[in-house]
Amino acid sequence: MAKIVIDPVTRIEGHLRLEVKIDNNVVTDAWSAGTMFRGLEIILKGRDPREAWMYAQRICGVCTTVHAICSVRAVENALGIAIPENARLLRNIIEVTQFVHDHVIHFYHLHALDWVDVVSALSADTSKTSSLQTSISDWANNTPSYFQAVKAQLQAYVSSTQLGPFANGYWGHPAYQLSPEANLLLAAHYLEALNFQRDYVKIHTLMGGKTPHPQTYAVGGMAIPLDPTSSQSISPAKIAYMKTLAKKGVDFVNKVYLPDIKMLAKAYVGWMGVGGGTTNFLSFGDFPQDATNPLNLLLPRGVVSNRNLASPPTPVNQALIKEYVAHSWYNYTGGNNAALHPSQGQTTPAYTGPAAPFQNLDTNGKYSWLKSPRYNDQPMEVGPLARMLVAYAAGVPAVRQAINGFLTEMKQPASVLFSTLGRSAARAIETQFLAAQLSPWLDQLSARISGGDTVACNNAKWNPASWPANAVGWGSTEAPRGALGHWVSIVNGKIANYQCVVPTTWNGSPRDAKGQRGPFEMSVIGLKIADPTRPIEILRTIHSFDPCMACAVHVVDARNRPITVIANSIMRV
Amino acid sequence: MTDTTTTNPSKPPASVMVLGIGNALRSDEGIGVHAIRELDARACLGDHVTLIDGGVMGLDLLPALEGCEALVVVDAIDAAQPPGTVLRMEGDDVPTDIIDKLSMHQAGLADLLGLLRLQGQRPPQLVLFGVQPASLDWGLELSPIGQQALQPLVAAILDQLQQWGAVKPTTPPSAPV
Repeated sequence: MAKIVIDPVTRIEGHLRLEVKIDNNVVTDAWSAGTMFRGLEIILKGRDPREAWMYAQRICGVCTTVHAICSVRAVENALGIAIPENARLLRNIIEVTQFVHDHVIHFYHLHALDWVDVVSALSADTSKTSSLQTSISDWANNTPSYFQAVKAQLQAYVSSTQLGPFANGYWGHPAYQLSPEANLLLAAHYLEALNFQRDYVKIHTLMGGKTPHPQTYAVGGMAIPLDPTSSQSISPAKIAYMKTLAKKGVDFVNKVYLPDIKMLAKAYVGWMGVGGGTTNFLSFGDFPQDATNPLNLLLPRGVVSNRNLASPPTPVNQALIKEYVAHSWYNYTGGNNAALHPSQGQTTPAYTGPAAPFQNLDTNGKYSWLKSPRYNDQPMEVGPLARMLVAYAAGVPAVRQAINGFLTEMKQPASVLFSTLGRSAARAIETQFLAAQLSPWLDQLSARISGGDTVACNNAKWNPASWPANAVGWGSTEAPRGALGHWVSIVNGKIANYQCVVPTTWNGSPRDAKGQRGPFEMSVIGLKIADPTRPIEILRTIHSFDPCMACAVHVVDARNRPITVIANSIMRV
Repeated sequence: MTDTTTTNPSKPPASVMVLGIGNALRSDEGIGVHAIRELDARACLGDHVTLIDGGVMGLDLLPALEGCEALVVVDAIDAAQPPGTVLRMEGDDVPTDIIDKLSMHQAGLADLLGLLRLQGQRPPQLVLFGVQPASLDWGLELSPIGQQALQPLVAAILDQLQQWGAVKPTTPPSAPV
């Protein structure tokens, strides 16, 4: 029996650590430990709830807009504020842009190198790569000379001293199964995706005002001027430009991202049978279709239990969300086997782990900074797969058509969706579904503004004097990586309690008081590991969830690098 | 004018950016953001200088950095120095390795610079300034040690910007009309 520890010891904090037990090259058990400590709750206590979103968006660099929107929704829910139709559209437009952008980045820049051997790409025949590209889509960058240029660029990069994104890959690992040509094709798209995302995110710049942090959310709506006579306003010219970007998004997803995923799935067909783990899926749903009915959502809200896609999903009752700390470094006043609803949440850190440096955590006791959120006492997977399964079970026509089409093309039953590659395919299918929404939403917004409706914010309850002495509420959104909830309680105009349950807490949670594993822990059990010193199979599976541990710190690691000491304030005083 | 003027390596860069990164919710982790706020408040930089409060943004910052000729990055740095030490790194010494083979990945500065370099967009001049953090606790303010380091940090950044011709010449206040 061997135990692998996957822990990025080169960084101080803010990462995921997995301890994995392996018997005869098969994972037999796993423990997921997040080193993130959630302290936002502490910062927000006593602050003006109208400003909470500005702090919340700084929790995480990848998720700024989602924390912002979740926060304003929580406060709006607590105070009973309805947002105007224009604000609904503006929020949907910003959020859908975030989804397409994040999903593309996730696949090409955070996940693809688990499947793509960049070094192998250097030996590709560029004519054959060209034929391969033409066989999977009519994307324009398809000539042998184009792929020759990409190959030269990669060669120059790999030959340089600093490998940058390609440093420390498991190049040559037997688990890489693509042909050199497929590797080159995907490496080319890795580079193209960089250019694509750079253009696409300009929609946020146009919508969000000052970048990179959005400045335009407001409790009650959006602080975006819509008056056509204002130069700062969302003008017809800006909307026309955003529509060209929206079209680029549709093209990139249809001609590059989705064909690439299908090619990958065909080459790695075995990965559609492993890495599933979880049997329960939760989606809060998102993209309201109607400002007055918060449950009329493009991506429906619901729970799929026991992988049952034949019945409609169960409605979500947020009161059934409880968090355990039995294996998390917190203490609850009511005892550590208790489960608390986030509105009653307590964040009292109680580290009992070993002092660094250490070899293993005591996984029988507390071993993670993540709490264990459970829905109706069950662990839940959240994210694109959960959303697509809930939408599928709920009968959303476009989603059913896309998933059935994928399964038919792969010649596989629906059960393959519960897998590592099923998760990654669901993300691509969702991207296609969402990218197509942007242009019509921009048209709707344009038509409303032209029709004279320039209201983007409901200020009726802006004044705290209009609020009740006590108010509680919750806001939800779907972040690209899964269901996000913020719970707020407001007393005498100030925040009395604030709790966030973030997607990676659902997916990366440790065991709960009943000993039930979290989704990461379940997903890697059963994986065959070709080489326990290079466990790429585990990375593939964990990366397929799009884990986010970035809600913490990211100090530059300059140990053992040339630096100049300029001043030391301690010595000076 | 002759061509030598345009190819002179000592010619001041035409576009300069100062990118402050860090989590401003976590005391000294946010020193980069605090430095940007301080530079902004001083209002002494040329019109071709852009200050960016990058927060904990990762790849979203890529478009903002493309085409930049000289880049100062300000961040908390772990260089195993005493807390509060102000540090400087330059050019290729700044880490740009993205994927640590055992990490679950976190898009940070190294990722950003690595991808810029891959695209052939790495700024020709790159300097990283930072401070060895004393505290990474939750809090909107710097720790007392971090606060003490802020002034020498900003002075070092301004010194660098001065060398790039990016600081406005001090002008006497105009006479009231």
